Parts: sequence; structure tokens; C-alpha cells
Amino acid sequence: MKRRGAVVLALVLTITFVASVAAQQPATPVDDERVHAVATQLRCVVCQNLSVADSPSEMASQMRAIVRERLAAGDSPEQVIQYFVDRYGEWILLSPRRQGFTLLVWVFPFVAVLVGLVAVGLLVRHWTRRAALAPAARPVVDPAMSERIKREIETGG
Amino acid sequence: MTRLLKWLIPIAAIPVLALLAYGFRTNPREIPSPLVGRPATSFTLPTVAGEPVSLEAQRGKVVIVNFWASWCYPACYEEAPVLERNWRAYRDRDVVVIGVDIQDSMDAAQKFVKDFELTFPNGRDLTGKVSVEYGVYGVPETFFVDRRGRIRAKHVGALTDERFRSEVERLLGEPS
Repeated sequence: MKRRGAVVLALVLTITFVASVAAQQPATPVDDERVHAVATQLRCVVCQNLSVADSPSEMASQMRAIVRERLAAGDSPEQVIQYFVDRYGEWILLSPRRQGFTLLVWVFPFVAVLVGLVAVGLLVRHWTRRAALAPAARPVVDPAMSERIKREIETGG
Repeated sequence: MTRLLKWLIPIAAIPVLALLAYGFRTNPREIPSPLVGRPATSFTLPTVAGEPVSLEAQRGKVVIVNFWASWCYPACYEEAPVLERNWRAYRDRDVVVIGVDIQDSMDAAQKFVKDFELTFPNGRDLTGKVSVEYGVYGVPETFFVDRRGRIRAKHVGALTDERFRSEVERLLGEPS
């Protein structure tokens, strides 16, 4: 009888434990890779140039927990990112968005390279043209001197 | 061509100089918050004293939400007397100060509250959710919430008597 009581007690305890563990888990389990994918796009607010995924700070760890919780609640990664942008502004994004004013950041380097190539092209053309024109401006040699040089070459000096 | 080049270099320097002039004239303490003008997110937190504190319960009053930590030295130590002094001066005029302690231990937080004899409620943001809801970068940061529950101003760094009074007087002067 005593033994049966102990078994029942053990069973009740096990069920309670399993239930409490299950209650702590998010509704939909979210794998670490999905959390990581969102966290790498967010700037750790207390660090210098570290993402929420890479920072060991407590703030970043709390932010990762919020990312996980929102993904588990059914938010898409874009919605989670927007949640942080709404509170911190676009500063929170490690890569500026490819739209509006921040599109300049993406486009400008290519424009700068293009302008540089055109400038180099123009310069090279300018230099080569000048070099091509140069022989025309050969110094005029005195005909008497020219005749003397010719003569001396023929007579062998 | 060479004449053009002679002008091109000083012309190219103009945008760089303009950018530097703008950068040096900008106050780094003024981090624009997208939350200014928006409704303050309501929260309920357990206080250092062990009772709950809720923002929602203060609706109709001017609320100052101050994020701090005991490890935030010296800024939080400088502003703690400012907050207490002004809270005592304004508490009878429907003004409430709510402290939010972040990333801190209970012992250190209790010691801080005791050392500065803080009498306004100080909640503990154990999960960091309230900090993120308010877009907090670091401590101290202070938000001024009007009677209608909207965030009207954000102050980064140690709060001064002047800033406290000017913001609170402005919000008290508005119709509720």
C-alpha cells in the first residue's frame, strides 16, 4: 500500500514537472538559426559595431530573447526587425535599407568608381594625344649644321 | 583639361568640408527617438520595494520615466538627487516619477535607492522588455510623458533641474 502511494506521488511529481517545463517553452519552438538570422541584422545598442547575435552583453542577450519570443508568437523576421526599427529608428539596422535616402549609401560607391574610371580614361586620352602630337614639334636644325654632320658621318669623322 | 583639374580638387573638397561642419555642429547627446510624439507603452514592473508599479495607473498625470542602473557612474549618481528633489517639489501637482532599474542586481538596486533616499517608485526591468519598448540605448535616459499618455521628450544623460522643470512646466501648462 505504502509502495503504491509512493508510485502515485512520483507520477504526480513527474507530470507536474513536465507540465511546468512545457509551460515555459514558447508556443512554437523557434530554432536558433532563425533567431540568429534576425539577430545578425540588428545592432547591439550598448556595443560598438557588434550585432545582437555576436555580442556577449546582457542587453543583446535580452534582445535575442525578445526576437525568439516574437518569432514564436508568429511574427515574420521582417515584422520582428520592424518592431526594433519602430523603437530605435533605422540606426538599429546594421545594413542601411536600400530605399529612400539610405539608398545613396549603396549607390554612391558605384557612382564614385564610375566617375573615377571616366576621369582616368579622359586623362589617359589626353596624355596619349599629347604624346602623339609631340613629334610634330621637332626642333628646327640649322641646314648648315645638318650638312656638316652628314659630311662628317660619311668621311668617318 | 589641366585647368579643369585645377578646379576639380577644391570642388571635390566642398562636400567633405560640409559634412564635417554638419558633424561637428551636431550634439551627440541628441539621439532622435522615433517614439517622441507616440503613445508611451504601458508596463507593470515589480519595484525594488517589492510592490508593483504601473504606468497605466498614472494616466492623467505628467509622468517622468527614468531608466537607471546602480553601476551607471557618475551620470545616474548625479541625477538621482535631481529626480528626488523635483519629484518632491511637483508631486502635489499631478506629477509622477517612475524609475526603471535595468541590468542590475536586487542588492545593488536597493542600496542605490537607500543611499539616495529615493521615495518615488523604482521598478526593475528584469527581462529588458521595457527598455526595448522605450528604445533605450544606455543609462541614464529619461522620457517625459504627457497627461494623455504620449511621450513628448527624451533626455539622454544625467538629467538637470532646468530640463526637468522646463519639460514638466510645459506639459503641466497643456490642457489635459
